[in-house]
Amino acid sequence: MSTNRFYMAIGGLAVLAYLATAFVDNQYYFFAGFAILQLMVMALAWNILGGYAGYVNFGSAAFFGLGAYAAIVALQLFGATLFTQILIGGCFAGLVGLATGYLTLRLRGVYFAIATLALLVVAETLIVNWDYVGGAAGAYVLPKRNPSILGIIIVGKNDALFGNYKELLFFLMCVIALATIAICRYVEKSKFGRGLEALRDNEEAAESMGVPTLKLKLIATTLSASVMGFTGGIFPYYMTFVDPISAFNLDISVNALAMPLIGGTATWLGPVLGAIVLGTLQQVITVTISSSVNLLIVGLFLVAFVIFAPDGFLGLIKKFRKRGD
Amino acid sequence: MLEVQNLTKNFGGFTALSEINLRVEPGERLGLIGPNGSGKTTLINCVSGTIQDYEGEVHFNGENLNPLVAHKRARRGISRSFQIPKPFTSMTVKQNLMIPLEYAVKAEDLGNLTIETHADQILKGLELSDKADQSTSGLTQIEMRKLELARAMALKPKLLISDEAMAGLSSSEVDDILKILIELNENTKITIIMIEHIMRAVMSFSERVVCLDAGKIIANGTPDEVIKNAAVEKAYLGE
Repeated sequence: MSTNRFYMAIGGLAVLAYLATAFVDNQYYFFAGFAILQLMVMALAWNILGGYAGYVNFGSAAFFGLGAYAAIVALQLFGATLFTQILIGGCFAGLVGLATGYLTLRLRGVYFAIATLALLVVAETLIVNWDYVGGAAGAYVLPKRNPSILGIIIVGKNDALFGNYKELLFFLMCVIALATIAICRYVEKSKFGRGLEALRDNEEAAESMGVPTLKLKLIATTLSASVMGFTGGIFPYYMTFVDPISAFNLDISVNALAMPLIGGTATWLGPVLGAIVLGTLQQVITVTISSSVNLLIVGLFLVAFVIFAPDGFLGLIKKFRKRGD
Repeated sequence: MLEVQNLTKNFGGFTALSEINLRVEPGERLGLIGPNGSGKTTLINCVSGTIQDYEGEVHFNGENLNPLVAHKRARRGISRSFQIPKPFTSMTVKQNLMIPLEYAVKAEDLGNLTIETHADQILKGLELSDKADQSTSGLTQIEMRKLELARAMALKPKLLISDEAMAGLSSSEVDDILKILIELNENTKITIIMIEHIMRAVMSFSERVVCLDAGKIIANGTPDEVIKNAAVEKAYLGE
C-alpha cells in the first residue's frame, strides 16, 4: 500500500470510529472495543523493541502502570484534564523507558527480560507505598461534567461531540491505536527500522557496520515505553478507579508480548491481527464463560504458535500463499 | 595508518595480549598469523572496538581510537569480516550491504551513485549479483564468505581486516578470495590485514607477516623471514 493510501485509510478509520460513536447505541461495543484497542496499542508498542530489535520486554505493565499513575499525580497536583493526563502519562513512561534502557540495554536475552520484570516489581512496590496516589487502596478518578475545549462541549447529553465518556475514550483509544500503527509502519520503512533489524539479527556485526546500536535501542525503548504510557494515561479515566494491582498487572505484560508473537513480529500487521483475534476471543469468553479463563486462552495460543507457527499468523499466511503459488 | 601501542588485554587471570606494539602503513598488505589462542582475533577486536576495556592505545590516521565505540571506528574507516560469518539473516544479500552503506558511508563518498547502485557494483565484483535478492540462509560456504567480504567492502574502508575469510574453503575457492583481496588492495589502495591459518594464502598475499604466540609478537618481517624464524617454527610445531 502506498504511503498516501495508508494515511488516507488511517484517516478514514478515525472518521469511521467517530461516526460509530454517533450512531451505535449499545455501549458494550465501546467498552469491548476500548479493551481490544488497548491490547493492540500495547502489542504494537511491545513490538517496537521486542519484534524489531529482538529485546524481549516482560515489564510492559510497568510502563503502562507508570503512565496511569503519572496521570493520577497530574490530576492530584493541578487537576489536569484528560488530554493532559494522557500526555503526561506518555512522556513520563518514555523518560522511565529511556532511563531503564540506559541501565539495562547492555544486557541481552533472558537477562534483559529479567531486568524488565524487576522494573515491574520495583514500580509496583513504589506505588503501593506512596499514599499521595492512594497507595495499595488505589485512587478514584471522577470525570468532569460537560468538559469543553474552546467553547465546544466534548461530552454531554446535548450539542456535544460525544454522548458519554465511554464513547470519547473509545475514540481517543482508536486515535492512539491508529497513530501507533502509523509510527510502527514508519519505523519499519525507515533507516532506524533497518538498523533495529540489523542489531536484532546480529548486534556485534551491526555495530561493526556502523550501526549505533545502543542509541537505536534507547530510542526504541523510549518510543515503546511512551506509547505504553499514553495507553496507561487513559486507563484511570476508563476505569474511574486505579490501583496498583490492576495497573501493574502481569496479565498486561503477558498480553503485550503474546499478541505480537501470535500475530507475527515482522510487521505492524502482526500485533494488530494478534490483538484483534485474541482480544475479541477474550471478550467473548469474558461474557460467555469467565474473565479468569482469558489468560489460559492466551497461554494455550502462545504455546501452540511457538511450536507450530513460530512466525505467527503472518508466517502462516505467507506459507499458504507460497503453497498456492 | 594504524598504530597499536602497548596493547594489553586480560580476561580475568588470562592474558590474551601482552604489550603489543604494531604499525601498519597505508596500502600495506599485512598477514597476521599464530597458533589457535595466540590472540589474533582479540587484537582485531581491540582495534575494531568490539573489545574496549584494554590497556594501551590504538591510533588510526593520527587519532586515538580508545574513546570510540565500534560503530564510530567503523565510520572512521575500519572494517572487518568475522571468523564465523555473521550475516543479517532476516535480510537479503543486497540488504546486508545496504546497512553499512546507509549507516557508515557519507553521501559525498558515494559520488553520483545511489546506495543501491553501489551495493549492486560490489555484488557484481564478487560474482554475487544473482544472489542479491535471495535470503542469506541459502548461501553456500564460499558465498557466505564473499558476503562477509562484500559487507566489509561496502563500508568503503580505509583498513579492512579479514578474519579467517578462507576457513573451510577448497583450494580453488581460496584462490578466488585471494584474488578478490589482492585486486581490492591494488585497485583501491585499501590497507588489508589478513588473519589466516592457510599458510599458502597468507604468505602469497602478505607483504609483511606478523606472528603472535601466547599474546606476544614473536616475529615481524617479510613472509620469507617469518617462515624461517625459529620462534615461529617452535610456536607451530613445538620443541
